[in-house]
Formats: sequence, C-alpha cells, structure tokens
Amino acid sequence: MSNASVWSVAVGVAWRVLHNVLRNPSLLIPSLAFPLFFFTAFAGGLSRVSDVPGFDFPPGYTAFQFVFVLLQSAAFGGVFTGFGVARDFEHGFARRLLLAAPHRSGIVLGYALAALVRWVMVAVLLTVVALVAGMQIDGGGVDVVGLYTLALLVNAAGVLWAMGVAMRLRTMQAGPLMQMPVFLSLFFAPVYVPLDLLDGWINAVATVNPLTRLLEAGRSLIAGSPTEVGVAFTVGVGLVVLFLLWAFRGLRSAEAAG
Amino acid sequence: MNPLLRAQIASIARRQIVRTLRQPASAIPPILFPLALMLVNAGGLDSATSLPGFPADSFYAFALAVPFIQGALFSTVNAGTDLARDIQNGFLNRLALTPMRGVALLAGLLAGVVALGVAQAVVYVVAGLAVGVDIQSGAAGVAVLLLLSALISLGFGALGAMMALRTGSGEAVQGLFPALFVFLFISSMNMPRNLIEIEWFRIAATVNPVSYLIEGVRSLVITGWDGETLALAFGIAFALAVIALGLAAHALGGRMERT
Amino acid sequence: MALEPAIQADRLVKQFKKGPRAVDGIDLAVGAGEIYGFLGPNGAGKSTTVHMLTTLLPPTSGSARVAGHDVASEGPRVRAAIGAALQEAALDPLLSGRDHMRLQTALHGMPRGDRARRSDELLERVGLMGAADRRVGTYSGGMKRRLDLALALVHAPRILFLDEPTTGLDPQSRNALWEEVARLAKEDGVTVFLTTQYLEEADVLADRVGIIDHGHLVAEGTPKALKAEIGRPTVEAVPADPDDRLRVAAILERFGEPTQGAPNGVAVRLEGEIELAGIVRALDAEEVKVEHLQLHAPSLDDVFLAKTGHSLEGAAAPEPEREREAVGAE
Repeated sequence: MSNASVWSVAVGVAWRVLHNVLRNPSLLIPSLAFPLFFFTAFAGGLSRVSDVPGFDFPPGYTAFQFVFVLLQSAAFGGVFTGFGVARDFEHGFARRLLLAAPHRSGIVLGYALAALVRWVMVAVLLTVVALVAGMQIDGGGVDVVGLYTLALLVNAAGVLWAMGVAMRLRTMQAGPLMQMPVFLSLFFAPVYVPLDLLDGWINAVATVNPLTRLLEAGRSLIAGSPTEVGVAFTVGVGLVVLFLLWAFRGLRSAEAAG
Repeated sequence: MNPLLRAQIASIARRQIVRTLRQPASAIPPILFPLALMLVNAGGLDSATSLPGFPADSFYAFALAVPFIQGALFSTVNAGTDLARDIQNGFLNRLALTPMRGVALLAGLLAGVVALGVAQAVVYVVAGLAVGVDIQSGAAGVAVLLLLSALISLGFGALGAMMALRTGSGEAVQGLFPALFVFLFISSMNMPRNLIEIEWFRIAATVNPVSYLIEGVRSLVITGWDGETLALAFGIAFALAVIALGLAAHALGGRMERT
Repeated sequence: MALEPAIQADRLVKQFKKGPRAVDGIDLAVGAGEIYGFLGPNGAGKSTTVHMLTTLLPPTSGSARVAGHDVASEGPRVRAAIGAALQEAALDPLLSGRDHMRLQTALHGMPRGDRARRSDELLERVGLMGAADRRVGTYSGGMKRRLDLALALVHAPRILFLDEPTTGLDPQSRNALWEEVARLAKEDGVTVFLTTQYLEEADVLADRVGIIDHGHLVAEGTPKALKAEIGRPTVEAVPADPDDRLRVAAILERFGEPTQGAPNGVAVRLEGEIELAGIVRALDAEEVKVEHLQLHAPSLDDVFLAKTGHSLEGAAAPEPEREREAVGAE
C-alpha cells in the first residue's frame, strides 16, 4: 500500500466536502458566522469583566476572548464536518466511498483535511475581524504560530471525535451527541475569566478539563509570555492520537455494518 | 366556545404534548441545555458580581432569567419543525380534510407549546431554588413568572409555526435558531445594560426586545416587584405574541388552500 | 329523473403559478357505488385532480361537484361526505394507531363516548387491533396503508378517494387492500375514486377506467371495452412436430380467424371470449402436441400506447402471457 494512494483518496474526499460546502451557503455561512457572533457577543458584551479585581491580562479582553473563540471555532469546525460524515452515511454516499476507496484510511484523512481547510477560512476571517476591532497581540511570530498550531490540534481532535461518532451511529440524529461533549468541554473551561478567578465547582472542573491547558497556553502565547505551552501541546497531541484511534475504530465499525 | 372547536383544540394540543414527550431528543434539550448553560455561565462569571453596580450578589440569581427565554427559543424550533414535518409528509392535508378549523390547528399547537413551556419554567424555578437562588418576589412572583413564561412561549411558538407554514420546511425553521440566538446573546443576558462597556453593543442590547423579556423575569428574581420593568416585559411579550399570531394565521391561510 | 353523479368534473383545469398546466380540461362523471380507476403515469395530473376534487386545491377554472356539492364554494360540505387516503400515508410516526383514530374521531366531532367504539370497529375491520397501541413508526407499509384507509372511513363517507393506495406495497398487502376496496363498493355502496399507475390495479378493481396523460383525459370506459377498442386477443401455437402444422391450424381456426404469427407457428385472432382451456382441450382431443402455446391479450398499456403514442411509465410488463409448454395427451 503506497502512501500516495492514501493521499489521493484523502484529497478526493476533501475536495468533495469542500466543493459541497463552498457551493452551499446553508453549510458555509453558519460555520463562518457563529464564531464571529460569539466573538462579538463575548468581547463586546462582557468587556467590563476585565475590571474584575485580579483580572490581569495585558493585551485586553478582546485578545482574551479571541483565543477562546479561535479554539471554539476550531473544535466546532471539526464537529460540523462530522455532521457531513453522518449525512453521507445516512444518504448512502459513504457506502459508495467505502466501496470505491482502495485505502479507506484515506477517507478519515480526507474528512480531516476538509475540516482543516474549512477552519483555516474561519480563522483568517476571525483574525481579520479581531484585528479590525483593535485586538492587541503582545506575542511574537513564534508565539502566534504556536497559538494557531494549538488551534489546529483542537480542530483535528474535534473532527476525529465527531467522525468516530458519525461512523458508529451513521445517522444525522447523532448530531447532538457529537456537539454536546465538545460544547461542554469548551464551556467548562475558563471562558470568561482566567482559571484563578473561578471559584467552587467550576474551578474544580476547569482544572481537570484538558481544554483548559490549551486555552490558558493559547492566551499566554498571545500575551507574549508563554506558560506551560509544552503541557498544552502534549495534551493537544494526546487528544488527537486518542480520537484518531476512536475514528479508526469507528471506520471499522462502519465497514462491518456494510 | 363551540364544543366542536374546543374538542378540536384539545385534540391537537394533546397530540403536540404527546409527540414532544415521545421524542426525548426534542423534549430534554430545551430543559437541560439552558440549565447547563446557566450553570456554566454562572460559574464562569460569578466574579462579575464584584463589579460596582452589579445588581445581584449571586450570578445564579442574575442568570436564572436566561433559561426561560432560551427554553422558549428551543420550543419555537421544535414546534415549528413538527409542523413543517406535518406539511411535508401530508399530515396537514389529512387534518385539512376533516372539519378542523384553521384556528383550531394553531390554537391547539400553541396550547401544547405553552403547556410544555410552563412545565419547563417550573423546572427552571425548581433548579434555581436548588442552587440557592432566593426569588425576591415570593410565591406570587413565581406565579407571575409562569404567566410571563406562558406568554413568551406563545409568542415564540407562533413564530416557529409561522415559519413552518410559510416555508413548509423544517430546515428553514431550524434556520430561525441562529437568528434567535443572536437576539439572545446581543442582549442583557450576561451583563446588565448599564455595565456594558462597548457602546454599539449596549445600544443593540437596548433596542433588542429580548433584553426586556430577560429583565422582566430577572426583576422578579433579584428585585421583587418592579412595575415598570414588568410592564415592559409583559407589553413586549404580548406584542410579540399578537404579531407572531397574526403572521402565523396569515401563513396558515396561504398554506391551507382548501376551499 | 337521472341521479346526479357522485363525482362530476366539467372542464376542470389547474394551472400552478410558475408551473405547468397540471390538469388541462378534465370532464368526468362517476356514478354512485362505482369504482372509478384513474390511470396515468407519474406527473400526469392524477394527484392534482384528486386534490381539487377533495377541496384541497381550488381549481383554476372549470367546475366539479362531489356528493352534490360544488368543490369550490361548498368545501366543508364536500369534506363531510368524502374520505381520502392520499398519496403519502400522512401518519405521525410518534402516535399509535389508536392515537390516530382518537384524533380523527375528535376532529370529526364524534361524541366522546362513541370515539373508542368507532376506533375499535375500524381497527378491527382493517386488521390492526393487535397493533393498535404500537407507534406507527413501527408499522410496515401495508399496515400504514390500512390505518390510512381506516382513518378515511371514520365518518362513514359515501365517497372515498384513494390516491395510489398500493404504491410500494408487497403483493400480499396489495391484494388485501384490493379486497377491502372491492368490499366497500359492493357491500357498502361506497363510491371509490382510485388513482393508480398500475395497470393490473385498474384492470382488477375498476368498474370504469379513465386514462390521463399530461393533464388530459385520453380515454375512458370499462377495461374490457377499452381493450376491445385496440383489438381482439390472439392465440399462437407452435407444434412440437412441424408436420402437424396444418392440423394445429385447422383446430385453432375453429376459435378465430387466421392472422400473422411466428414462421413455425400458427396464430388466430379470437372471436368473443378468451377460450384458452377450450383450445387446449381441442388440441388434446386430436392428440396434437404443441411445443409452445401463447395468448396475447391487449392490455391497458396497449390502450395507453394507442392513445398517447408512448407506454405507461413504470407500467408492469404487458399482461401476463399465459403459456403452456408441451401440452400432450394425458
């Protein structure tokens, strides 16, 4: 089995997904609009939160929320692609792919590639809007690259998680099951204030939430004072590996179902 | 009311309730998701209560109003999606072939939606009490709160029905969700309007009618009896209900072309 | 004084906005107690016609009267007299069969005390009592159609509209539905207006058939009369021994006049009724063995082809050819 064949399957699958998304406003627009909307709502509506005693984030609340929304868009970008996988299974198209593809691992890779490309479009738009809104970036080039790489890992983890669910359940009704854990993981993290300003149960939950590591590290990168970035990358890579196994097991499940 | 009309409305309402309860995937999210969001937001934003001028000591008390509106939003989409499905699979034609009057269809559907909305509201009140929220307006305030919830559910439900009747498409109804979500978020949902720093956001929240619905419910929880705020909330809920019902009735006329 | 037809349409037209003229001047009359088959391919205008006759769609022009009431101006009266099982089974998968009956009886204004009795009666009649409390989402296609029929009969209508009632059903379910429809017409005197794209269904069930194509009624009559317009059936026999050809010809010519057949066979156009058994007995009596015996009877598809120039879309193969092989003595 040559890697080139896996790659050509992946490119084919990715091309089709992207072609559909770009031609279909009802698929494209929500994935672009929602992150912008959340950014606006959080950075715009909650900026006074940065006046809370103990809130110390030099680049300001806009940058603080930008990091969260960037990771959120990466995670949900992956989930949206998972919806597409579920739809393909429900309508029988995935069966066509399984029959036609000489290297089925290329199918998983292809959907992940598509999710990545979709997210890159969102990330560019989000970044432009944030900069126009006056976001301050105190980190250097390496820090910024590090931030986007963390987001990329979240995107990969998101799409692999969603694909694993989609390939096991093979129905659009799996949508909430794909979304809910991702949503809860994101929101049980320090969304509005840093971790040390969270009290009680939310602090306990956020402390053990792996996404907190990525979020806090991402914020430290944009602030130009990288903190526990190695831990964050380890967690990110770990999530990707875990969900890669999850997705491949899902693929086997789909193959077995015929 | 004409006994036949009453029986028709009751039958349609019963069906709406039964259908919702038999679809846990539709029945449970409108209850759980708003509560989960409230818990998360309250946990994450509790420190905001230390801001000068913040009107409550507990963010739970401040945030409790939001599930009532968010739950109504879910109900809008669920009711509208159900009606769109009836249109697409021909069930509406089946109903149209009976002596059922159009007003019975709408009234029954919305009676079911309101009943479910009030049940949701009771759950939110209980959840609020469970996390230690002290409802300042007391038992009478809870009754008024449930009444306001019923009116809000009616308005949002009519909106969903209108969309279903106009388009006949479940996807179009689902498309309402993001739009209503925007109304929910660009409001005084997470921060009192006077503490919103960014000017355009504060203006948007001020012109957004959803802010007043939230503030009306919130006033019963954290203030007690604030006549002006309650009047605004009821007035806007009533206006929404009247407008949405009018639009839905008009759409029904266009959808059911029966002679 | 002639009785008013149960269903009457006079130059009925339906033109959709930004769309085709789906029904283009239909005239028809269906007598009380008759089963009228409305046959045509997909897109011919069958369902649109039914929607107009059942008051769900207002006609663009022309008029129609159902149960003595004008469909355009007396909609509620028409609906009180008719039942309809439309093309989609139109059931709620989350409700049980009994829930559906309860809803339907309530909407028809049946007194509360009578609803359960009437529901049980109809569920029993269509063979769904055992599944009455199961959700319709678990029903088979045949069960859904039966429930659909039961719902249409709740208020004991005099006229029943069935829009492609057996599409997608297995043969057993289809036959069961045919039996019930025939019984309704024969025993209860219900007028049945049935649309179908299946030749066999129209042939077996309908007293009269109207054939519609592109919104026009292109033929109307009893199935037998329509087929007779096209031609008489022919029988063709190929003798097992070529030397017996003349003997076979002589036997067959007792039943009809010679006509063109296969080079090694003999064919006659039958006169009168189809007498295949008689032909077999005659061949047997003369101890003539045939290798191949075939009956070609005109089908409604042949009628459709003759009237429209094309075959009925999705039609089954022409009527089953009855074949006998190697008929011999003993």
